[in-house]
Amino acid sequence: MSTNKRFLIISRRPPYGSSHARDALDTALTTAVFEQPVSMLFLDDGVYQLLQAQQPAGIQQKNLGATLSALPMYDIDQLYVCDSALRSRGLGPDDCLLPVQLLDSNAIAQLIRNHDVVLSF
Amino acid sequence: MIFSLLVYAAPHSHQGAETAYRFAVACLAQGHSIHRVFFYGDGVHGATALAAPPQDEPNLPARWQALAQTHKLDLVVCIAAAVRRGLLDANEARRYEKPGHNLQQDFELSGLGQLAEAAIVSDRLITFGA
Repeated sequence: MSTNKRFLIISRRPPYGSSHARDALDTALTTAVFEQPVSMLFLDDGVYQLLQAQQPAGIQQKNLGATLSALPMYDIDQLYVCDSALRSRGLGPDDCLLPVQLLDSNAIAQLIRNHDVVLSF
Repeated sequence: MIFSLLVYAAPHSHQGAETAYRFAVACLAQGHSIHRVFFYGDGVHGATALAAPPQDEPNLPARWQALAQTHKLDLVVCIAAAVRRGLLDANEARRYEKPGHNLQQDFELSGLGQLAEAAIVSDRLITFGA
């Protein structure tokens, strides 16, 4: 299993309310442990995952932001965000808990083309 | 071509669970091979031995099992997603001191690494229901 494939994990759901965001993150971390290059792309309500100061304890959920903060330790530092998804929700890169690269829809299409495996949650 | 399938959809709640099965059948009929079918999220319910749908509706766990026996399919269920939803094999039932186990025969509980490995060695990884 020496072949390297470029993985893109697309996360489109909000951090709480369904298991999608957590599962996307777990998939990214596991794939990185397999020493594959992993990028993440946040689309739609998925951008809410990046908000600082999440307080999910009130709904008995673990803090997803804390796990997201660990991504760079797994060498997952290519984090992409749909610019219009962020801005249409009244957010900007300064609201994000990690450094992210903003992409428009053309750049997103290019990003997807540049990866071998695309997993969408 | 070598395919792997990621099944995220729960049977009866989402058509994706059924579509994944039909896709697998079509793949094999056309001479492709399936390296692994990985059940994740609510998709793990597709591996329960206790599903009892009406007789005129498909029993997906039984269908997967039959397909696996014919084509030697590797049906892997994410262990973390499974045990928190109450889908256990005999080992996990013992470990968590539960009164029974319900993993359909020919399915196997294992880690997310099996999904990563499947993506690496397959030509195509197709997701159903995420």
